[in-house]
Amino acid sequence: MTSRTSAETRPSKTGAPLIRMERVRKEFGRDIVAVSDMSLTIERGDFISFLGPSGCGKSTALRMIAGLLPITAGHIDIAPSQTDTEHDLGFVFQEPTLMPWATVFENVWLPLRLAGLSRTAASDRVRAALVEVGLSRFENAYPRELSGGMKMRVSIARGLVTRPRILLMDEPFAALDEMTRTKLNNDVIRLATEHDLTVIFVTHSVYEAVYLSNRIAVMAARPGRVVADLTVNAPWPRGEEYRVSPEFSAEAKRVSTILKGTLDDADIDH
Amino acid sequence: MTPTSTIDDSAQEAPPPVNMAALARARRQRILAWVLPVATIALAVGLWEFLVWYHEVPHYLIPAPSLIWSTLLAEGPSLMQSAWFTVRLTFFSLALAIIGGVVLGALFALSRPVEMSLFPFAVILQVTPIVAIAPLILIYVHNTFTALLICAWLVAFFPILSNTVVGLRSTDHNLRDLFSLYRATPWQRLRHLLSPSALPYFMAALKIAGGLSLIGAVVAEFVAGATGTNTGLASRIIESSFRNEIPKMFAALVLVSLMGVAIFLMTSLASKLVLGRWHESEIKRET
Repeated sequence: MTSRTSAETRPSKTGAPLIRMERVRKEFGRDIVAVSDMSLTIERGDFISFLGPSGCGKSTALRMIAGLLPITAGHIDIAPSQTDTEHDLGFVFQEPTLMPWATVFENVWLPLRLAGLSRTAASDRVRAALVEVGLSRFENAYPRELSGGMKMRVSIARGLVTRPRILLMDEPFAALDEMTRTKLNNDVIRLATEHDLTVIFVTHSVYEAVYLSNRIAVMAARPGRVVADLTVNAPWPRGEEYRVSPEFSAEAKRVSTILKGTLDDADIDH
Repeated sequence: MTPTSTIDDSAQEAPPPVNMAALARARRQRILAWVLPVATIALAVGLWEFLVWYHEVPHYLIPAPSLIWSTLLAEGPSLMQSAWFTVRLTFFSLALAIIGGVVLGALFALSRPVEMSLFPFAVILQVTPIVAIAPLILIYVHNTFTALLICAWLVAFFPILSNTVVGLRSTDHNLRDLFSLYRATPWQRLRHLLSPSALPYFMAALKIAGGLSLIGAVVAEFVAGATGTNTGLASRIIESSFRNEIPKMFAALVLVSLMGVAIFLMTSLASKLVLGRWHESEIKRET
């Protein structure tokens, strides 16, 4: 059963449902049920984290939303776009997933290039995306010349360059050091606010989920499913002062307790 | 910024001080990379000359390098004509191996049924020694150059095919997903993702196939036993062997070796040009 615990604090653009998952099921082969009966409604402007242990189907659910994995049963509906946005979805993978043979500019240009935009036609938007992630001086650098955090920022710029409504992020900062992760968390909050993005963020960190999200879908494994749908009680947008505040600690403790309880129940059930 | 350095936010304001000792060390390494092999070869040739002279070894057993050099000069026009024949044979066979290997490799990578149907033929052709197939080819194909070309192509073709297939299949699965997400057409996928991903594998195969095409050309000519003016260096070697002209044999061998070295240098340079900026195999690391 999913349960929402309190009112939202991040203002939604319309509050209208943007993504609706109904009884979504994903099986790999005959025996492995990666996601079972997952139902969730994500509203425009939500910043929702899929939180859970390894193997609980968080990334599988994200990939199904992106259309990268076929659904075994159920359905996912995404409300049609009302603007001339070329692409609805941006995706940021766990690894930066950059083309090593291409420069930073060419990597960010890729989604527009695949949509038929020439280098000249795309250059303003590519450069704007690079400015937003603080990499405008590195457009001619190759990925191997960048640090881990900078590669991830290139990946975020590539995700944003099509001006999507929805940004899907699959544990993007899991491999980064704490300081870089903190910095990128703040960047993501800023970009989500500035671009009015609906973000689905996969993570196994309670602290990251609480800091970033206005909603947390807690997932359990075997089979992967949503066991709690929590609302984070905190102002939006957030900054460093929130991370060190008693309110953040209290919220993280509350989510941890709910997570532990739901996971314990889930383990007993299965 | 050095080719192997990593940019970081903190390192952007002022350029770091130049490390003169490291620069000098790098320059010394670059010079040594040329001087050492050249000096070693010169020393070996000098030792060879000395031992032949000192032990009075007859030239029909082992000729001195000086005699080989003078034979090269004396037989120059005839040998160069043969060398040109072998060069043409080698490069045509390599070009055909590249075209055939890449096209068939792409077909294999795109279609499992095609691969399952045709791959056994490719393997059979590869594992059967060329000296065993060459007589049949020479019977069926009347034009000698074409027959030799087929033999050399068969030897050089497989590494290109095999590596192209592996390269096309080794694409990062996340990048594949990314291209799916942005609805890339098959052509865009091939051009912007599969081809660059396969390049390191292809360049490695090219280095092998370059040498193999020369070996194939020489071996095929040996089997054909071609004679006459319009023939390659292998024929000159066979002729010299029959006439006991050992210095001429060595002179032809030197030319074959030089061609092999030239092919290796060219394929290495091509690999450096294509991969030098981004692939680990061609990136120079500071020590």
